[in-house]
Amino acid sequence: MKRFAFIGVLLFGAVLLYSSFSFPPLGDPHAPANRHVSDDYIRDGMKETAVPNLVTAVLADYRGYDTMFEATVILAAGIACFFLLRRYRRKPAQHRLYRHIDTGVILIIEQGGKEPVDSKEFERIDYHWVPFDLVVNKAAGLMVPFLQLFALYVIFHGHHSPGGGFQGGVIFGATVILLAISRDLRSTTRLFPERTSAFLSSAGLFIYAGTGFACLLLGSNLLDYSALARLLAVDPVMARSHGILLVEIGVGMAVSAIMIWIYYNLASAGRYDEGL
Amino acid sequence: MDAPVLADMLDFVIAKYNYWGIAALMMIGLYAMIAKNNLVKKIIGMNIFQTAIILFFISIATKWDATIPIIIHGHGAHAHSIHAADYMNPLPHVLMLTAIVVSVATLGVALALAVGIFQRYETLEEDNILEQLKADESNLR
Repeated sequence: MKRFAFIGVLLFGAVLLYSSFSFPPLGDPHAPANRHVSDDYIRDGMKETAVPNLVTAVLADYRGYDTMFEATVILAAGIACFFLLRRYRRKPAQHRLYRHIDTGVILIIEQGGKEPVDSKEFERIDYHWVPFDLVVNKAAGLMVPFLQLFALYVIFHGHHSPGGGFQGGVIFGATVILLAISRDLRSTTRLFPERTSAFLSSAGLFIYAGTGFACLLLGSNLLDYSALARLLAVDPVMARSHGILLVEIGVGMAVSAIMIWIYYNLASAGRYDEGL
Repeated sequence: MDAPVLADMLDFVIAKYNYWGIAALMMIGLYAMIAKNNLVKKIIGMNIFQTAIILFFISIATKWDATIPIIIHGHGAHAHSIHAADYMNPLPHVLMLTAIVVSVATLGVALALAVGIFQRYETLEEDNILEQLKADESNLR
């Protein structure tokens, strides 16, 4: 089997190598991929949308349909992870570990024993015991607000610098995942519950589709943001820029919430009890 | 070998080396998907393959002596004309931006399936899973 795979892969590589000779050279401005519609985007994009970052303009305006259904795909992926893994029934635990916060003494409570739930002096720790690390805990806690601010900057400054909803959303999701890794899953799901992530992911997509349908209601095509000019009291070109911002906010919300949701389900195998 | 031939060869390599690197990555990913026994290794192979395709699109978007596709001096740009040769092609960047997110989503679903398989069969090795499946089938008969 391995030998057949190796021969097949070598044949595939030979075909790729052979076809690479007829491809345009690297960095050729006259290559077929760099002509036609791309030149129009570069020349007229700024004039038509008032967004200097052409990637954002093409992503949210010229190819708005594509991006909307791309966001739908990741929402579907998040929901698929949820349905594949989420289990509401608790596995009966053999024993649970509690740490006395002041002294660091670990209590092992056997099944049926009285657990110090809601105690200020004890905190529950994961079954796969990891030592308490003050530096990791505090450093992650200090970094998170700044990282989240940066994520918002990446979303809202996507018109003028590299960035946008997808990138900023992923950074925002990563901050919550950083908390979950540096502390534990239970304290993170208290801060950012599963319900919030489910709500934000669908709300983000709703903002995107809602912007599109608002354009439809105002008598233009779906996702033609120039129709928003009457609502926002700006000229049609600026309305496109603002419409792109609305859409990027929706994408950012959806992407960050779905990243967190997928992580919760994968890390705890759907039990939201103990995880990484 | 005399100098002009060597220079020509060097030019040829510089013009095509991106395709060769991408082809190598694709081969690695494809081999891992076909030949590896462990499901997580197969998933990693799938991700390497996707990365190769993303690199392919990004590399065909480049133009020599061009900058990133953000119009310089943003809102004052109406004064000077914009030349398409000065900016890289934004379209492949857009396509790959969404493709990266979709690859993360497929990775998430694939890992969720792997977790489910591990819960059911307590192994991620493909031949062990197939043995257990066959045993299940013969038990049913």
